[in-house]
Amino acid sequence: MTALASGATSPTSQDPTRRRPEWLAGLWLIAPTLAIVIGMMLVPLCAIVIVSFWTQTGFDLDTSFTLANYGLLVDDALKCFSDGCGLYSTLIIKSLWISFVATSAVVLLAYPMAYFMAFRIQRGKLVWIILLTVPFWTSYLLRVFAWKVILGFNGVINSGLKSLGLIEKPLEFLLYNPASVTITLAHAWAAYAVLPIYVSLEKIDRSYLEAATDLGDSRWKRFWRVTFPLSLPGTIAAILLVFIPTVGDYITPTLVGGPSGIMIGNSIATQFIKANNAPLGAALSCLMMLAITLAVCLFLAVIGKKRLKGADI
Amino acid sequence: MASSDNAMITLSAVTKRFGAFTAVDAATFDIAAGEFFSLLGPSGCGKTTLLRMIGGFEQQTSGEILIDGEAMGTRPPNHRPTNMVFQSYAIFPHLDVAENIAYGLANRPVDKATVARKVDAALEMVRLSGLGKRRANQLSGGQRQRVALARAIVCEPKVLLLDEPLGALDKKLREEMQIELRQLQKSLGITFIFVTHDQEEALSLSDRIAVMARGKVLQIDSATALYERPNCREVAGFIGNMNFFEGRVVAVEGDQAVMEIGPDIRVRVPLTGQSVTAGGNAILAVRPEKIDAVVDRPAPSRNAIRATTRASSYLGDRSLILADWHQEAAPVSVSLQNRHAAAESPLAGGAAREIWLTWPVEAGVLLSD
Ligand SMILES: Nc1ncnc2c1ncn2[C@@H]1O[C@H](COP(=O)(O)OP(=O)(O)OP(=O)(O)O)[C@@H](O)[C@H]1O
Ligand SMILES: [Mg+2]
Repeated sequence: MTALASGATSPTSQDPTRRRPEWLAGLWLIAPTLAIVIGMMLVPLCAIVIVSFWTQTGFDLDTSFTLANYGLLVDDALKCFSDGCGLYSTLIIKSLWISFVATSAVVLLAYPMAYFMAFRIQRGKLVWIILLTVPFWTSYLLRVFAWKVILGFNGVINSGLKSLGLIEKPLEFLLYNPASVTITLAHAWAAYAVLPIYVSLEKIDRSYLEAATDLGDSRWKRFWRVTFPLSLPGTIAAILLVFIPTVGDYITPTLVGGPSGIMIGNSIATQFIKANNAPLGAALSCLMMLAITLAVCLFLAVIGKKRLKGADI
Repeated sequence: MASSDNAMITLSAVTKRFGAFTAVDAATFDIAAGEFFSLLGPSGCGKTTLLRMIGGFEQQTSGEILIDGEAMGTRPPNHRPTNMVFQSYAIFPHLDVAENIAYGLANRPVDKATVARKVDAALEMVRLSGLGKRRANQLSGGQRQRVALARAIVCEPKVLLLDEPLGALDKKLREEMQIELRQLQKSLGITFIFVTHDQEEALSLSDRIAVMARGKVLQIDSATALYERPNCREVAGFIGNMNFFEGRVVAVEGDQAVMEIGPDIRVRVPLTGQSVTAGGNAILAVRPEKIDAVVDRPAPSRNAIRATTRASSYLGDRSLILADWHQEAAPVSVSLQNRHAAAESPLAGGAAREIWLTWPVEAGVLLSD
């Protein structure tokens, strides 16, 4: 990219010493992205952190520094060690758990799909990639709503089973619980996970697979000794790509979660909108970010630095 | 060619078709145990395909491959007593050198201590001791090649398959590795099947060479036999340089044939089993270095043709001369050793002049048309 930029400027400036330094050309190229990142992410993030140290007094904000919001949340968390977790800690743990299960399901669904595309499709891979994006042609909201229609009281599954005479009353456990949230999240995010896994599988030199077979591996063994380790970068990317946004998801639990299926995102929204307590909502957001960061760090530590280093070639 | 008792590999009518295209056409030959056997031929002639069929990476369309007396049929590579050194080396990037070499041993009932011992021995054998902890991207091309070799050899295969293993190396390293490969093969006694399109490499390394073209095996012989007694025009032209004279057999006298290669130009050619009849067309092949260029008419016991020098180039140790002898025929190239100072040569100067091209009868090879 930088070479392109400096190449474009060279005809005007013949003297090489007067050429713009390369880092400056690079800066120009990333400037729009940088502006968006600073304006749309860094500033709001700082605002959230700052607000979390304020207090809500009626309709006004008391802008004097206080740790009261965090104190409340720490108390809430400390209860886990005495008489059961408080409301917020329960929600954060539940959110992490739901995301964890959904992410696992997503990877289990996406991996075979990516594997199929990388190793079994010989011609027309582009068609498959385009087909994969078809779910994105409808909005996230509609896709979640579709699950409501499928799992609902008079939904596709219940009315189907009823008309087959397999059940008398509609099954109530299908909708409005953590399981329905997990199913919906897994479906909504599966397509995101296929691409990074597919790319890392596609990148594997086929001679590695032949070498493994040559050295005596059966197909199954070869998968675990060569294919899977070499696809780890893409798989890890897919896991993070799904896990991080789903922890804070708000639409899915709202639509299909019911009272038992709400997640931390709903609670944060409640603080900001209904309870009119932005500082507490901000503190909750920060806590959630911290929880996600810890979870991700833990995950990466478990995977191990060594395997990552080797696999990213 | 009947399968002999000590044949490690027997190919019978092994054929591979890709659609309508025949990549390997009815290959039938034996490879002896402990032999260094090369497959040589121009690009696209089917060498890799044949090697991959022996290794089980490609399924033959028809024919059968026997390794150590056992029919391989559709057996996959992991159940064949062969190992392969890949052209790209295929060193696993997520494992270090020692883990790469130990890879195949994990599929055998050997304990950890034995694995470690074997890996160390293998590292030493390919002169990589101390590099066991490196990864593929921290190795030079030559070192990678050795890791690939060590990884295959620790599995103690009956047959080692090598697909242009030296193709990616520079000339000097290549020559070093050739010597090492040959020594390794001798000390291990493993049968090597070596694919190359570099004729010098094949000639200098191999016990026997199969020359292939367009999917067919043309000739299988030792280096000297291939060079001195090629069995067809293609082999003769592929290995080294060769002058061809097209003509007609006019008489067969004992173990010699008399050929007419131009109007009233007759030469003698030794017969080494070729079936010729007087009157049939034939080709005479003579190597440039076997021809002498002289000013005076040579003795009648030698073959001689009158020619005019067209061009000559001085290459230090030898000189190359291009001489016209017949308007319709290609010029003859002659390679002369410069045993004396250039000024003393009868051809010094470079101006076109009349000379005699002469060669002993036994230097010629009769090829069927
Ligand atoms: N999978 C395939 N499908 C169709 N044709 C193929 C396939 N593999 C090889 N071929 C063809 O078979 C022929 C022989 O290929 P092969 O790779 O054996 O050549 P080679 O002698 O090893 O050549 P090189 O020296 O360039 O490696 C080539 O013409 C090639 O195009
Ligand atoms: Mg090849």
